[in-house]
Amino acid sequence: MIAAFLGAIELGLLYGILAMGVYLSFRVLDFPDLTVDGSFVTGAAVMSALFLHGVSPWIATLTALLGGAVAGTLTGLLTTKGHIQGLLSGILVQIGLYSINLRIMGRSNIPLLAGTVMDPIAALPFGLHVSTLLTFVALVAFCGVILWAFLGTAFGLAVRATGDSPQMVRALGGHTTATVVVGLAISNAFVAFSGALVAQYQGFTDVTMGIGMIVVGLAAVIIGEVLFGAPNVWRGLAAAVGGAIVFRLVIALALRAGLAPTDLKLATAVIVVVALLLPRWLTQRRQRQNLQQAVDAALQEKADAQVG
Amino acid sequence: MLQLENVSKLFFTGTVNQRVAVRKINLTLEDGDFVTVIGSNGAGKSTLLNLIAGVYPPDRGRIVLDGKEITSWEEARRAAWIGRVFQDPAAGTAPRMTIAENLAIAYRRGQRRGLQWGLNKALREQIEVALADLGLGLEHRLQTKVGLLSGGERQALTLLMATCTQPRLLLLDEHTAALDPSKAALVTQLTERLVAEQRLTTVMVTHNMEQALRLGNRLIMLHSGRILFEIQGSEKRRATVRDLLEAFHQLQGETMTEDELLMN
Ligand SMILES: Nc1ncnc2c1ncn2[C@@H]1O[C@H](COP(=O)(O)OP(=O)(O)OP(=O)(O)O)[C@@H](O)[C@H]1O
Ligand SMILES: [Mg+2]
Repeated sequence: MIAAFLGAIELGLLYGILAMGVYLSFRVLDFPDLTVDGSFVTGAAVMSALFLHGVSPWIATLTALLGGAVAGTLTGLLTTKGHIQGLLSGILVQIGLYSINLRIMGRSNIPLLAGTVMDPIAALPFGLHVSTLLTFVALVAFCGVILWAFLGTAFGLAVRATGDSPQMVRALGGHTTATVVVGLAISNAFVAFSGALVAQYQGFTDVTMGIGMIVVGLAAVIIGEVLFGAPNVWRGLAAAVGGAIVFRLVIALALRAGLAPTDLKLATAVIVVVALLLPRWLTQRRQRQNLQQAVDAALQEKADAQVG
Repeated sequence: MLQLENVSKLFFTGTVNQRVAVRKINLTLEDGDFVTVIGSNGAGKSTLLNLIAGVYPPDRGRIVLDGKEITSWEEARRAAWIGRVFQDPAAGTAPRMTIAENLAIAYRRGQRRGLQWGLNKALREQIEVALADLGLGLEHRLQTKVGLLSGGERQALTLLMATCTQPRLLLLDEHTAALDPSKAALVTQLTERLVAEQRLTTVMVTHNMEQALRLGNRLIMLHSGRILFEIQGSEKRRATVRDLLEAFHQLQGETMTEDELLMN
């Protein structure tokens, strides 16, 4: 039981890196980027192909970042230079990546049993779970700080403003092609990095492991916002990671309660729908109640006045 | 300092919806000119400003700024010299970012945006001084999200963002139209002051004829993409709204009430 929960938190942390990438595209750039389903696998594929060729697993994992960045760059160029709608650009790259990922892997499934970066982590002298948790927390924090710092640079501010008003950025001399392309490249680099780590954590890379990953990322970002709030960049990043962990915990609970693994994707979709609708429904209800109270108060005054 | 030579712009060229938004316009601005632009809806005022700013290239003609031909330069490149304020308060600022962050982006107009910190101590101080000078108390709200400001405050901020690096040219497109009268008056006052202090060459589109007569040293009236007439100097100082309407009537052979010319 405890092990299952620790496992959920560990996986949640790794998905947290994906969630921060999705936060960058979906929230900061205001760009729903469907590249994610492909670039998540690209990261795992690049890592495992290099790993099979005897490259050090650390270098293989870092190279995964590059694979994701290339994918994001492609989507960015299609939508900026090519003027293809954002959603469509992402879908096109995602579907193209499926074939490319297969080519990189050479087959549809690669087992990663020993010699990955998880081995030295497990060998740390704190016991398996504590070692893994500590390492993952440090890793996620490091990624978060890098992204936070980037979004605080002069270029990063322009990236953030692009999501608000591209017209303003251009009027102030910023290049919105550059901000969108670089933003999506970094976002997908994070996603691919997450994919490479998840593959090693679960012990295999499968060409289908990216299906629904954008929804997982969105779930993390949205759940995080609802539960923890995201008033600024660093809180937004932290909330995305927190959301990813909560999401994995909910899934772990659901599986424990007897959810069939084949129904996981459906459960994921339902969770996102609830996370999207619940806050809106709650505020609407609050507004309605306030309105009722205001009406009551106004009528009450009237009555008092008449009496007086 | 700015020349438009025979500049034309069409929309939906070659279709049944074809519109000649700007037709063979020639216009030369001297350093320090403050031109007000009036004209009915669809006259081509915004298109003219967009052409100068480089939102889209003209279909015909040349645009020269300070001796450089900028006709084919893209908007971001021209922006190093051109400040803009739009009609929509939401367009000129980033609502989810703070006042300080918005200004930090504005202060880097015309500079490379690299991986240096977007906001450092020196810049923050500069921003505080500039905001204090606006006189709206915004210097105490550096960390406030711009989306929480009122329309008037946002337009004042956009005006500061457009002028804080002393651009060569300031383009204002009905930047007070979305504000209530008192806020509009405030932003107009601010505009006058900033333009005068920095001797900015300015083009201001307005639907308010009295304002167009009171502000600036030149006035042009656009109609159907053409400059219908221009007045300047003492002639402009003497002119009244009635004179403008009569001139329009004579030149166009159509009678038009002030309301029609101002707003439809
Ligand atoms: N981006 C565009 N695409 C298509 N047509 C356009 C575009 N911009 C302007 N037009 C057309 O060009 C003509 C001139 O428009 P413009 O916006 O310059 O007028 P305006 O003088 O600014 O009017 P208003 O007072 O309503 O702002 C109009 O007929 C308009 O429909
Ligand atoms: Mg207009």
